[in-house]
Amino acid sequence: MISRKYHAIAAATIIASIGLFLLYYKVQILGMPFMPDETKPVYRIEAKITFEGKNKPVHVSLALPDVEEGIHIISEDASSSGYGFTKAKTSEGVRAEWAKRRVTGPQTLYYTFELILHDVSKVKNIEEKEHSSEESELLLDIPVGLQSAAKNLLKDVRWRSADPHSFTAQLIRDFSDKDPSQAVKILLAKSNISKQDMLYHMLRYEGLTVKKLNGLFLDDAHRNFHLIPLIEVLHKNKWQRYDLETGKIEKDKKFFVWRKGGHSIIDVTGAKNSKITFSVNKRHVPSRYLIDNKNIVKNSAILDFSLFTLPVSEQNAFRHMLLVPFGALMVVFLRVFIGIRTSGTFMPILIALAFMETTLVTGLIMFVLIVSIGLVIRSYLSTLNLLLVARISAVVIVVITIMSFMSILSFKLGIEEAMTITFFPMIILAWTIERMSILWEEEGAKEVFVQGGGSLFVAVCAYFVMSNPLIGHITFNFPEVLLILLGMIILMGRYSGYRLTELLRFKSFTD
Amino acid sequence: MFFANPFKLKKLGVLGMNKRNVYCIGEHNSRKQYPMVDNKLKTKVVAQEVNIAVPELLGTVRMQSDVRNIEKILEGLNGFVIKPAQGSGGKGILVIVDRKDNFFFKPSGEHVTFRDIRQHISNILSGLYSLGGKPDVAMIEQLVQFDPIFDKYSFEGVPDIRIILYKGFPAMAMLRCSTKESDGKANLHQGAVGVGIDMATGKALYAVQHNHPIDKHPDTGYDFSALQIPHWKEMLRLSARCYDMTHLGYLGVDIVLDKYLGPLILELNARPGLAIQIANKTGILTRFDMIDTTTLNKSVEERVAYSIKYFSGTNHDKTKTIK
Repeated sequence: MISRKYHAIAAATIIASIGLFLLYYKVQILGMPFMPDETKPVYRIEAKITFEGKNKPVHVSLALPDVEEGIHIISEDASSSGYGFTKAKTSEGVRAEWAKRRVTGPQTLYYTFELILHDVSKVKNIEEKEHSSEESELLLDIPVGLQSAAKNLLKDVRWRSADPHSFTAQLIRDFSDKDPSQAVKILLAKSNISKQDMLYHMLRYEGLTVKKLNGLFLDDAHRNFHLIPLIEVLHKNKWQRYDLETGKIEKDKKFFVWRKGGHSIIDVTGAKNSKITFSVNKRHVPSRYLIDNKNIVKNSAILDFSLFTLPVSEQNAFRHMLLVPFGALMVVFLRVFIGIRTSGTFMPILIALAFMETTLVTGLIMFVLIVSIGLVIRSYLSTLNLLLVARISAVVIVVITIMSFMSILSFKLGIEEAMTITFFPMIILAWTIERMSILWEEEGAKEVFVQGGGSLFVAVCAYFVMSNPLIGHITFNFPEVLLILLGMIILMGRYSGYRLTELLRFKSFTD
Repeated sequence: MFFANPFKLKKLGVLGMNKRNVYCIGEHNSRKQYPMVDNKLKTKVVAQEVNIAVPELLGTVRMQSDVRNIEKILEGLNGFVIKPAQGSGGKGILVIVDRKDNFFFKPSGEHVTFRDIRQHISNILSGLYSLGGKPDVAMIEQLVQFDPIFDKYSFEGVPDIRIILYKGFPAMAMLRCSTKESDGKANLHQGAVGVGIDMATGKALYAVQHNHPIDKHPDTGYDFSALQIPHWKEMLRLSARCYDMTHLGYLGVDIVLDKYLGPLILELNARPGLAIQIANKTGILTRFDMIDTTTLNKSVEERVAYSIKYFSGTNHDKTKTIK
């Protein structure tokens, strides 16, 4: 009995010390800063090309971005096992070229950049020469029958605008209107060119200097999306970028231009179903580490074996996963030291994960609403004498119905926050409703509120821990803290003292 | 002060939930033995093999398709109990005390029909009441003809005696009396009354409801101080024999008293709760510590005699001086 106790303490100490040692090594020896504010954001952009080989030679050519000023690429990597890889300068700019003699089955190629941004203030506005050499625009790409419609629209917009800037904004607004005018409808429906090309040609016809851009916004972590098309217009010696949906782009939104002009972004020959998607993720890396990052990664097996070496989309998945142990720590703490009763041991963590997407207040309101409506409907279901599995399945359907109904309703009412309701794990919600409903029948409403409230309390505590940016930073950059957590949880598992709630329960002993 | 002082509680030997889980259950109860205790059907079979008195098993329903034949099983039965073999916390137990044609009467006087009973059994089979929702078996057993001695102390329900054994020694006991509030159930957290029992005499020591001391049963109004459990020594012996059957070091034994058959083992519990301490106003750890210091491997009679000798009353200091 005693030896087992010491065994657990020893195990916990060893595990936690390994974690502490790794942490110390990374912070002190490798110079990775512990606190997030000593860092600089590093953006990792990943292009993922997938295709299926047809047992023929394959040639893949990917347009690589021209690096703009203010962007510094710290590393570039083409991951392509078994493929011959070259970077070629062509008339269309630099292109990455992969080739392989014989390819069958699904294939994936990655091209990744890591880059940092310099201060925007340091970036000078580039004086752009007028492209006088370009031939004048005649709207030739637009079908003949539609040209007059386009011209009429331009005339109309000209009336409603003062300068190139307001002209462009107005034209984009006309095109992205929810209820577009007749002319726009015809232009969008009948021509087979993209919205970007359409705007490009029309603005050129208007005599403006225009560029087509495709790229990605850097600041949000995204997985598997396509390049976003933009239009850039020269006005008073300054290039102004326009989003095709909303018109303007806020200045502080960082946009990475992958492609300027019209040439193709990817050419694949000898394969089918070729597709390209992009992922962006942002992480904070100490400025010091950035300076000689290559040397450190090469010399340190620990960093070479870190999460940063994973593809970006997997890194983003781990960001969330690594927070779960902190939620578990919270659950263990509140159960073992405080004695809070919850409905389902780890249900609060899943609810807390959902809260991280929905924000706290919205999440709480939606959770209470779904569960209350669910309980009412469940009480009707219990009069139908259903078997357990069928009843739970019925509750799942009810939960999904409530969720979609609430989404639609809130969208109509303009409460966009409620749309995030989809982040709630519906199976867990269904089981929560089922369990609470049984609890209600057997132990009465009081117990439902005790356990329901307890679960929500634990979920909120777990949410505060998991949404803490410092904890997010530490878990992602120093996953070895998980070992420390593991040690702590082992120790808590051997705690045999009283729970706080028991001090209340056994109050009568000391009276 | 709102909270009890933890150091004082420790000194009084009060067992907390964490210590129960880590030491009592974790160290003394082998996982291997759990199914015998958690599955009431298995308990009953094993108990009958070693001649421990249990309520008679009238039938089992194992498959949903057998639920239709329930009329046949219940033919000629006026009082019976339907329970899940792996239920926990008294969940899913349906008690029928009387029958008129196709109407079955619960102790509260409410009636249920065959349809309700079939639904109930079907719920049991699909695992509604079992831990983790595992598919279960429904047991139909003889209704215990309760000794009228407890009528004064129980409202509409089943009074049962819970004895906690530590390494085979009966360590503490309580009588659980159902109340109107607990809906005929004997669960303390649902409002049943817990009565601490003197290990030597079987007399009531102290009664609590919702952790508060009371003198009289809230519904019947009878004073608990006059309560004396008959066949007390027999019950201690019965419980101690359950240890030899299960070898669980920390074991709760639930006993009911039948008018004709005497004490019967209703069920065993490998994770008995802590409320018994409140009902006895005594920390159970001091008794466990005393048992730890005695020589083990004693016979049933020796263990019972030990408990009678040392665990009388609530006052621990007294028992300590005897030792």
